[in-house]
Amino acid sequence: MSFFKKIKDKMMGTTEEIEETVTITNKFKEGLAKTRNQFTSKVNDLVAKYRKVDEDFFEELEEILLQADVGFETVVELMDSLRFEVKRKNIKDTTGIQSVISEKLVEIYEAGDENMTELNLEEEALSVILFVGVNGVGKTTTIGKLAHRLKGEGKKVMLAAGDTFRAGAIDQLQVWGDRVGVEVIKQAEGSDPAAVMYDAIRAAKTRGVDVLICDTAGRLQNKVNLMNELEKIHRVISREIPNAPHEVLLALDATTGQNALVQAQTFKEVTNVTGIVLTKLDGTAKGGIVLAIRNKLHIPVKFVGLGEKMDDLQPFDAEKYVYGLFAEGLEFESENDGDK
Amino acid sequence: MAFEGLAERLQGTLQKIKGKGKISEADVKEMMKDVRRALIEADVNLKVVKEFVKNVSERAVGQEVMKSLTPGQQVIKIVKDELTKLMGGEQSQISFSSRPPTVIMMVGLQGAGKTTTTGKLANVLRKKYNKKPLLVAADIYRPAAVKQLETIGKQLSLPVFSLGIDISPVEIVKQALEHAKEEHHDVVIIDTAGRLHIDEVLMQELKDIRALKEPDEVFLVVDAMTGQDAVNVANNFNDAVGITGVILTKLDGDTRGGAALSIRSVTQKPIKFVGMGEKMDALEEFHPERMASRILGMGDMMSLIEKAQANVDEDKAKELEEKFRTQTFTFDDFLDQIGQVKQMGPLDEILKMLPGAGKIKGLENAKVDEKQMDRVEAIIYSMTTQEKTTPDIINGPRKKRIAKGSGTTIQDVNRLIKQFEDMKKMMKQMTSMQQKGKKKMKMPGLDSLFK
Repeated sequence: MSFFKKIKDKMMGTTEEIEETVTITNKFKEGLAKTRNQFTSKVNDLVAKYRKVDEDFFEELEEILLQADVGFETVVELMDSLRFEVKRKNIKDTTGIQSVISEKLVEIYEAGDENMTELNLEEEALSVILFVGVNGVGKTTTIGKLAHRLKGEGKKVMLAAGDTFRAGAIDQLQVWGDRVGVEVIKQAEGSDPAAVMYDAIRAAKTRGVDVLICDTAGRLQNKVNLMNELEKIHRVISREIPNAPHEVLLALDATTGQNALVQAQTFKEVTNVTGIVLTKLDGTAKGGIVLAIRNKLHIPVKFVGLGEKMDDLQPFDAEKYVYGLFAEGLEFESENDGDK
Repeated sequence: MAFEGLAERLQGTLQKIKGKGKISEADVKEMMKDVRRALIEADVNLKVVKEFVKNVSERAVGQEVMKSLTPGQQVIKIVKDELTKLMGGEQSQISFSSRPPTVIMMVGLQGAGKTTTTGKLANVLRKKYNKKPLLVAADIYRPAAVKQLETIGKQLSLPVFSLGIDISPVEIVKQALEHAKEEHHDVVIIDTAGRLHIDEVLMQELKDIRALKEPDEVFLVVDAMTGQDAVNVANNFNDAVGITGVILTKLDGDTRGGAALSIRSVTQKPIKFVGMGEKMDALEEFHPERMASRILGMGDMMSLIEKAQANVDEDKAKELEEKFRTQTFTFDDFLDQIGQVKQMGPLDEILKMLPGAGKIKGLENAKVDEKQMDRVEAIIYSMTTQEKTTPDIINGPRKKRIAKGSGTTIQDVNRLIKQFEDMKKMMKQMTSMQQKGKKKMKMPGLDSLFK
């Protein structure tokens, strides 16, 4: 079904739409079950391969995690706590170690905190969500998807085209605005993004908008001038509404390696990032660095992007994600072993 | 939170070896652990790391390191040499078709920077190779991708072939090729949509485009920040469409860029260009040695030197030296110098290129105040010609006037004048020392003859 038909159907509220929502939920559940099965079977493979919990076993486990971009330090930390646990519980063979592994991984992620995927939004007043990130991670696409999601929850949503730098960025957001059916506040290419935000907040207030989502231009975190510009944008927003922005979401490409940690740190310093959207998780990359980011900088992942369609944004589920880390890591291993 | 470079990592192990006289195989093994970690933290794929470490260990355990007096340096050198070798090979430029138009396909994941790079590449081809490129907008999926390429085309005054988003990319390219022939374009660059390497439908589309006319180049555009998955991406694209080279984008960030090594080692295809910024001329040639240093976290002296050379006027430098020697250095020359430094780019970026700059206390997060330089410039601009050439005449009232004119304080003006005088003094000492040194070296004993 084309996007436009979908939108039309949504507006008309046909039964087809309702059915579709059902199928989407089912699809999601099926997907989840599939990953769970995969996890168990893959760890089963590992268990079958080693039987005994020895150094070889740990080494292979370590390699799977390193290949998921979890990062050296976090992996070492994790392996240490796993070794300790194995000793403490006197685990000798690999049966029953699955639960310990996933437990430890989720533990390192959650570190005792509550699951924090809920967006912090005002009940009655205007809420502002600011999107930040480096170039090409999928900020604009994610904004489109999030707008669709919030609109589906009955919120009145508005978008602010704050990427006035990249060619075609404003048009890209406008297309998403049209698709989702929400208003986009924009100025000409090359204009001051802070001024766009100011305009957008004014417009959102007068039009009784619930959530204003602000796009910004992608910027590499080591560009001091561009980070200063972002700080100014942030300042203008908080000046207009004291508690705003209510959420600052860092869009992070799951394909990114260790540099993501530096990205998260620098963007947090400048804009006080409150959450991460892990995009492009529908590929083969795992984005394991979010474990390190969560562990070191305490920034939670709030959503994951699973494709280019409007519905392809899902709340983050730590447990499911951890299973996913193993989903193809082992497959990859065994394939290569076969080659040899 | 930047990671430590290999040199810093090795420090610990090297301390232990120091004064040992002989390095055991165990020591090499210990050092290789550091090498492994440095490479993993640089995002080099684990399998590639393993292979690499194995090869280097064999070399290191052999004679070279054992006999060397500075084993640490030797190990780093071996590692760096091997890395360079792996990434180097033929510095092949673009291969042009003998029967124009030359067809170049740009492929890659979403957000790698294909559209921007398409513009940059066209710009290089026109400037450096005197070509007349045609850009083809074949990304009908991402909203406003066509518009983006059109805008870039407008910026560069280059023609863009587009048929909107309702026609299949294969048909667009087909018509574009015909159009190129009619209009005598000698290069056609096709900007394809970003796609996942596991999306079979879209990968087939690339194959179909490829089948229209054998492309002379298929460039895989890869984000320099890519992690472990770089090998999967490169492998799949290579298997499906047969890439001929790689363009690494966003290398102006602070990533180590280990993906470069991963891709190179799994595809054996050369990295042809690197994207170094958002401006349309920010596409540079790839230098394997620099990339090796970068992956190992050893700074980028070569780039720095080249940057300096490109921006410093040779004649001006000589003139300046003469002025130092004859003590005729003025505030105008000082202004000139500031201008030259500024041309090299933001100071903090230059600082980052210095090896070990990240380790110097207080410098790791140094944010150079570019405004301070502006202030200095403003002060000098507020001086009269006479004041600039003979600063001695700057008295109290003059200082007050200068401060007012430049929007600074008298203290600022004082500080600058003092700095200027100190600099002059220092230069005088240095140049006279040089002169003496030269005389002594070149004409021993001759001095006395003229006394």
